[in-house]
Amino acid sequence: MKKIVLVGNPNVGKSVVFSQLTGSKVMISNYSGTTVEFTGGQLTIGEDSYAVMDAPGTYSLTPSSKVEEVAADMVDQADVVINVVDATNLERNLLLTSEVLERDVPVIIALNMIDEAGHKGVKIDVEKLEELLGVPVIPTVAVSGEGLKKLVDALPKAINRKKKPLEVADRWAYVGSVVGEVQTIIHRHHTWLESLQDDSLRPLTGIPIVAIVLYLAFQLVIGVGEVIAAFLEEYFFGGFYGLLMNRLSEWLGSGGFLHDILIGRLFDGAIQFEESLGVLTTGVFVEFGIVLPFLTVFYLVLGFLEDSGYLPRLAVMADRVMHRVGLHGYSIIPMVLGFGCNVPAVLAARNLESRRERFIVCTLTSVAVPCMAQLAMIVGLVGRFGGAYLAVVFASLFFIWIVLGLIIDRFMPGYTPSMVVEIPPYRIPSLRAQFKKLGMRVKGLIVHATPYILGGILLVNILYTSGIVDYLGIIFKPVIQGVLGLPGEAVSTLLIGFLRKDVAVAMLVPLGLNARQFVIGAVVLAAYFPCAATFAVLLRELGLRDMFKSAIIMVLTSFSAGFMLNMLLDTVVPAPYMAAGLVVAAIILAFVVGSTSDRRELEDLDKAV
Amino acid sequence: MKLSLVDMKPGQNGVIEKIMGGPGFAAKLGQIGLYRGKKIKKLSSIFRRGPVTVSIDNFQVAIGYGKAMRIMVEVDDGEENSAGW
Repeated sequence: MKKIVLVGNPNVGKSVVFSQLTGSKVMISNYSGTTVEFTGGQLTIGEDSYAVMDAPGTYSLTPSSKVEEVAADMVDQADVVINVVDATNLERNLLLTSEVLERDVPVIIALNMIDEAGHKGVKIDVEKLEELLGVPVIPTVAVSGEGLKKLVDALPKAINRKKKPLEVADRWAYVGSVVGEVQTIIHRHHTWLESLQDDSLRPLTGIPIVAIVLYLAFQLVIGVGEVIAAFLEEYFFGGFYGLLMNRLSEWLGSGGFLHDILIGRLFDGAIQFEESLGVLTTGVFVEFGIVLPFLTVFYLVLGFLEDSGYLPRLAVMADRVMHRVGLHGYSIIPMVLGFGCNVPAVLAARNLESRRERFIVCTLTSVAVPCMAQLAMIVGLVGRFGGAYLAVVFASLFFIWIVLGLIIDRFMPGYTPSMVVEIPPYRIPSLRAQFKKLGMRVKGLIVHATPYILGGILLVNILYTSGIVDYLGIIFKPVIQGVLGLPGEAVSTLLIGFLRKDVAVAMLVPLGLNARQFVIGAVVLAAYFPCAATFAVLLRELGLRDMFKSAIIMVLTSFSAGFMLNMLLDTVVPAPYMAAGLVVAAIILAFVVGSTSDRRELEDLDKAV
Repeated sequence: MKLSLVDMKPGQNGVIEKIMGGPGFAAKLGQIGLYRGKKIKKLSSIFRRGPVTVSIDNFQVAIGYGKAMRIMVEVDDGEENSAGW
């Protein structure tokens, strides 16, 4: 089967073209680097079918990051290349086009976002461009499907130019002359969206905007998530489903092995959805009653942030802070994704240039960025002890994030060079695209998480009924009780945490912990080790050696944090002061220690000049 | 007047005069469209040692402080449209 490869700069709409051509569902956002792996689909024209592949965005075929290597390899294996070009940024996009035209492969150009170019006052003489480049150029508006039929029809007319490679300076001159001949720009006034665009990049207006966006995002996710969860708890689990489970429990004889697995333990003869630990009771409740409501709202908010183009602006505003932990602003994007699920966060870290950055992002995310599933459980369960205890959990994770970042930045050799990032224009997200994306993500959660949740609960039951938990509890008692101040049985939550963190947090409930113990348990569970799904991608992305180092850091960090909380919380410092103290301490430390990366980069700069 | 991107004022226009640093650095910037002779407008600086945002042609780029220091710009006379941030 012939291979069609879509190539282009980041954020020009390759994935939109791909999804329109093949009907496949792929993740699409308004910022660079949404596609990190190649995605494949099929296109049938008449009797021929083609394999279509969507390459990650690249500025050049001489790659400087892992993602760009993938793109360059794909061009070399293609039978036809569709070069997707952003009509609003012709000059920059044609730099890559000129490189593509030098490869031994037929090329056709999709001149995408031609409508937006029109709005911006950019006029392009398509025929002239076609003539100058020597390959077919088809104007398209991929989001609405305009021009894609023509693009498909023109595929057989793709031409292999195999031009003589140009020197860098000649390439600029060549592209400059092409653009000069085909493009006219009419000056016009700023739209309100463009004014907002500039405002969100100025400190004076940008910082309040960051604060408002983050506050609204947090309030929406927690607030709306809680409302939905409460509704489900009252009317579904407290109603129909609860009754059904009670019937089933009676039918199973209120005991026995099958009852233990499906329904779990009864408390005063009744099912407790949070504590019974049956597959059909706690399992279904955790996933659909708590995790799903919060995650759905989170992904709606995230989808809006992604498609509007705000995330790269957040990256710019966060750059100073991120430098303290040995990263630069753009690494905040994987971390934001990490609040949904750590798996896509680890994958998104591929966009970062160096091994050092990827290591830091992966480690910090695994340790200090709890996924939404886990967050939902923490908010729901720790929240019952009061807001101050919830604040201690968040403050501890923030403290860990800063301190661990400072330490890794200081002791890991090399430095993270400062960023160069393109900032896309603001676009108003389309509702249809939003729901499609949300649907994909929610489906992904249900498909991927269900086996782990059910498997996790099954395993808990087996561990309990077989007495393994009691045995492990005794062995690990010195660590669990001595260091963390938790009952020995808590070792079972650490075991289940490998499978699902949300279920593990739920399992703290039957242990009958007090507020401080619950906080310690939640923080240790968040930090100590990634869940199985995250572990698998971490291993693949970091390699065995770095994964091993990262794992040691995780375990040491979580137990140190747990010990610190065990020593201080409530016994020495009351919860509200503890939360405030941790945040203030983290900020002061960040200021005092400063960024080692910055210092090393400047030293390097002095050497070069 | 020749200034680095860091020292330029927001709202100032100019032409990229020189990119100091290794060939890899200049090549990387070149790929995204920042090279000698390009017209550039500084939009903002985020804090004293934060990234600098600029606009070139029809797009915007954020450049970290360390890198922005290495990009020298021949600044146009007469501060057109200086926002004074």
